[in-house]
Amino acid sequence: MGPLDLDYMLGLVPVLLRYLPLTLGMAAGAMVLALALAVVLAMIRVSRVPVLDRLVQGFVSFFRGTPLLVQLFLFYYGLPQIVPAFAAISGIQAAIAGLTLHFAAYMAESIRAAILGVDRSQWEASQAVGMTQTQALRRIVLPQAARVAAPTLLNYFIDMIKSTSLAFTLGVTEMMGAAQREAAGSFRYFEAFLLVAVFYWVVVEALSFAQRRLETVLSRAYAR
Amino acid sequence: MIELQGLTKRFGANTVLNGIDLAIAPGERIVVIGPSGTGKSTLLRCINFLDRPDAGTIRIGDLTVDAARATKAQILALRRRTAFVFQNYALFANRTARGNITEALFTVRRLPRAEAEGRADAILRDIGLADRGDAYPAALSGGQQQRVGIGRALALSADLMLFDEPTSALDPEWVGEVLDLMRRIAEARQTMLIVTHEMQFAREIADRVLFMEGGRIVEEGPPAQLFESPRDPRTREFLRRVR
Ligand SMILES: Nc1ncnc2c1ncn2[C@@H]1O[C@H](COP(=O)(O)OP(=O)(O)OP(=O)(O)O)[C@@H](O)[C@H]1O
Ligand SMILES: [Mg+2]
Repeated sequence: MGPLDLDYMLGLVPVLLRYLPLTLGMAAGAMVLALALAVVLAMIRVSRVPVLDRLVQGFVSFFRGTPLLVQLFLFYYGLPQIVPAFAAISGIQAAIAGLTLHFAAYMAESIRAAILGVDRSQWEASQAVGMTQTQALRRIVLPQAARVAAPTLLNYFIDMIKSTSLAFTLGVTEMMGAAQREAAGSFRYFEAFLLVAVFYWVVVEALSFAQRRLETVLSRAYAR
Repeated sequence: MIELQGLTKRFGANTVLNGIDLAIAPGERIVVIGPSGTGKSTLLRCINFLDRPDAGTIRIGDLTVDAARATKAQILALRRRTAFVFQNYALFANRTARGNITEALFTVRRLPRAEAEGRADAILRDIGLADRGDAYPAALSGGQQQRVGIGRALALSADLMLFDEPTSALDPEWVGEVLDLMRRIAEARQTMLIVTHEMQFAREIADRVLFMEGGRIVEEGPPAQLFESPRDPRTREFLRRVR
């Protein structure tokens, strides 16, 4: 096989680039869905809605307590055997659903902690001026909690981008799948996987940079 | 007319308000004094249900709320007829000074933007912060923050303004400006119920002073009478200690 084949790697760049949008798209889609779900879950926990609260606790416990890969397999390969309707779900859909549920569980806990971290006086002042609970939450408490939770949530997004590579085990040809396919054709595993690693690395570094900028901005917010 | 009848509040086995009866005339300015832990804050907080009273009724104009079976709608209505000034200011941290004043005008009163902004301008001038409207609370001094807190309460045009030790958290240098502002509000005959340890201030602006101890109103009267010739030994003892 010999030393590193740089030409081969360069030739592979446009191939992997074609799959970058799918990788980022799955992550972005799952992130939006996970955020929405996490806010709802956090809300249920914060307001201690009787039965729902216990269900959410169970949900969070399960999705944090089991590997994402197991969850994806359970979802994609297992569930259709029990519920035939799930057979129609594509690998991409299953991956997005799995990422959503998995990361929503983590994000719900961050958001819950951030909401509980907002000073009680903010609730009281909202109520004293006549706001409803929902108004207080939407206008005063959540924005302050979001500021606290934002860096953590961005961390989860970074984690999620890397986790999209697991979609390849559901037969989805995203960036990792493409690298695997190319490598299998050329037997240049090292070059292909090194390149795909660099791809993830660059994306994550770009996001980490954005994250640091965001933290500076957030630390200045409300301080003027 | 504002009327409290048999207002009672317990925290566990601890009865903090022991059947408070109080009638407040429109425009009346009442100061509540008393030792620490006698339920002064709790009284104010029960009037707008920040603490939920266990029994008694609260009447503000045509709105009568029976504490034992108050509905959410009644509680909201009560809060919309009262305004509260907190000891620790409790400004909305994510709103500017102006935003603190307009917030409830938009979300609660549903005023059109121009009208709310107009009212905020007037109030910012009133509280002497016309040039600091765009500052967030974190950038304001304690005295400025409390003036915004009072401005936020003023904006509500409440039937009753509740002040819970509005100057107790302030550095001494800022107390004067906040008391001046409250004095002007009092002069405009806004109905006020004020908990404070500022006896001189109470003497100047109060129509009536209440002395509370152990969850009860022990004694009340015009400031001259209550301060100069208190009848109850507990009042005398308290006044001797704070002088
Ligand atoms: N949320 C609460 N839970 C339990 N007990 C409470 C609570 N709030 C107040 N209390 C108790 O109720 C009593 C009256 O408290 P309150 O704050 O009304 O007194 P206060 O007259 O305002 O005192 P201070 O002058 O120190 O502000 C105290 O014994 C206090 O410990
Ligand atoms: Mg108090």
